[in-house]
Amino acid sequence: MAAVESTVLETTPPDVVPQTTSAPGARRRLLFLRNAKALTGLSMLAFFGVIAVIGPWIAPYDPSAMSDALLQPPSAAHWLGTTHTGQDVLSQIIVGTRGVLVVGLISGVLATLIGMLVGVTAGFVGGVGDETLSALSNVFLVIPQLPLIIIIAAQVPGAGGVTVAFIIAITGWAWGARVLRAQTLSLRRRDFVEAARANGERTMRIIFAEIMPNLTAIIAAGFVGTVTFAVLSQITLAFLGVTPISEWNWGTILFWAQNNLALQRGAWWWFVPAGLCIAALGMALTLINFGIDEFVNPRLRSTGLKARELKRRGIRPRIGFTPVVDEPRADDRPGEVDAARAVAAPAAPTTQEAGR
Amino acid sequence: MSAATTTYEDFAAAPPAREPVLEIRNLSVEYGYDESPTRVLRDVSLTLHRGEVLGLAGESGCGKSTLAYAATRLLPPPGLITGGEVLFHDRDGGTRDILRLSDRDLRASRWQDLAIVFQGAMNSLNPVYRVGKQLVDAIQAHLPGVGKKEAYERAEHLLELVGISPDRVRSYPHQLSGGMRQRVMIAMALALEPQVLIMDEPTTALDVVMQRQIVEQIAELRERLGFSVVFITHDVSLLIEIADRIAIMYAGEIVEDANALDVYRRPRHPYANGLLHSFPPLRGERRELGGIPGSPPDLGRLPSGCPFRARCEFAFDACATVRPRLTPPAVPGDDPRRRVACLRHDPEAVAAAGFDPVPVPPELAVR
Repeated sequence: MAAVESTVLETTPPDVVPQTTSAPGARRRLLFLRNAKALTGLSMLAFFGVIAVIGPWIAPYDPSAMSDALLQPPSAAHWLGTTHTGQDVLSQIIVGTRGVLVVGLISGVLATLIGMLVGVTAGFVGGVGDETLSALSNVFLVIPQLPLIIIIAAQVPGAGGVTVAFIIAITGWAWGARVLRAQTLSLRRRDFVEAARANGERTMRIIFAEIMPNLTAIIAAGFVGTVTFAVLSQITLAFLGVTPISEWNWGTILFWAQNNLALQRGAWWWFVPAGLCIAALGMALTLINFGIDEFVNPRLRSTGLKARELKRRGIRPRIGFTPVVDEPRADDRPGEVDAARAVAAPAAPTTQEAGR
Repeated sequence: MSAATTTYEDFAAAPPAREPVLEIRNLSVEYGYDESPTRVLRDVSLTLHRGEVLGLAGESGCGKSTLAYAATRLLPPPGLITGGEVLFHDRDGGTRDILRLSDRDLRASRWQDLAIVFQGAMNSLNPVYRVGKQLVDAIQAHLPGVGKKEAYERAEHLLELVGISPDRVRSYPHQLSGGMRQRVMIAMALALEPQVLIMDEPTTALDVVMQRQIVEQIAELRERLGFSVVFITHDVSLLIEIADRIAIMYAGEIVEDANALDVYRRPRHPYANGLLHSFPPLRGERRELGGIPGSPPDLGRLPSGCPFRARCEFAFDACATVRPRLTPPAVPGDDPRRRVACLRHDPEAVAAAGFDPVPVPPELAVR
């Protein structure tokens, strides 16, 4: 039964198979990694991360070097074919990965930090501070992001990846701030926060020890969302040719492919791999997001852990319909005798009260 | 007191043909879907008879609420029912196993056959709707044929039933006091004339005056409408007032199940005895107050044998090995229908397991 199951779903690595031998403490620490979604997402992201670091060394060619092999389909020499000037597409993708990830990470971290600072403060302090900060984030919300990014990126001389990352962060934090503010507002009135205040806890401690842990899922989800947004924005900018087209990233590849009529010429190998990479990175980030969700919420934690195992046992966790399974448990505490069984084993019991 | 006395005498005189309405058989419940779940209920069996008020008592964490929620399949994740059956006997003679009902049937059966008043139910009202609308919604959801006007009339009648002026249908929940909101919840539970009403600590958040009023209301309504009640509370003194029968739970098992007055006057299980000696009697001669030393065992790491033995002053050698079963107490002249899970009352099992039986101590054989 278990063998059949594991051949059907091969997403989880072997160390995820239930092991009754490992200690509970060790298991709990690796909990996040035991989530199949998070694990898949993390491995995909790690793959891109490794490429980003070692890219320039493993790329088979110089991505900008032209050659005689013009617009060649994939071959042994050029795994993903060549561009109209004979540049190697695979090398461009490998080298371009770093630009994508660096911009995504920097703007993700920055936007999340600004969003946290503004959102949690606004939600917690209330009053005038809240009004001001809310107005600020509302202003940033209604600013049309992409045109602004295009204008700034076009104005700043030599706007490279890091500049773009900063611009994306500064224009992209407001959503996170709004969500965090709303959640903080609701948390601030919960009994446990009131109790902490009544106990005389300092404001900073209330924010960091009582409120922040409840916001982890939102912050993490916001971070992952901002990274996705930043990656897409940066690729869009590169695709539009706003950022320097000599700096390789997946958007630049698409820019050149578009400008040289790759689609019309049937040169699919020029733009499909870059598109797939963008999709894969987005998927990795989304999977991590799901994983974070299930990991941070203690209630979802045990239910989300082993969907496969639950399915095998026929358990569908729902509120309002408790799952019923027929799994009689033997009470196997050592050295125990069940009274009912002890009596049933010898002669049939007849009189009970006449005992004494 | 007189009410309780009559009930007891009624039972003593009544023929044994008590008709069951809800039968819980060998219900087992676990928390946690992983490899090492916590077993919260172990083969619990309990029968509720028609028109009866059954009290479930015990310390916090002994499984009272879990039992009620599992029997109605309302246990939230990661609760898991691992065995047993919950038979519901309809008025018209049909019998259904609630644990094996389809989602649709279960949804239809809730409220109509079996209604629940939750712990802290007064917060279950939606603050943005008028009380009347919420009652009408419930009625119309289950009885689609009922018109709006008729449903409102019914809602007014229900409010009157629980002692709230009918014009309160136009009130918002925040305009009612806690006790009134609790009564509205009781009215709502009664809206579809259920046969079984499960009340999970319905009066815990209320002051004693309100508690008494609500308890009396329930008793009166039960008399008038003829439903059965499962009343869950840790307040044993309250149970003695309202319940016909009391089941006392300890560490996920029922340890004593007897008429309310028998439990009060003649407890047979050491735990029941301890519970009764931890509050002063309202009437009657003064007696010494005692507590129960220690605290309930960790359900994840239950000891072998009797789960209560570590706190029990009457424990003997067999208690560490033999897991007690529910048997009639070994006190001559006791109601033969009462059950107790204590080896002091089960010399047969003790002997079968190879130990020497120990007589029932006088404290547990009070006449």
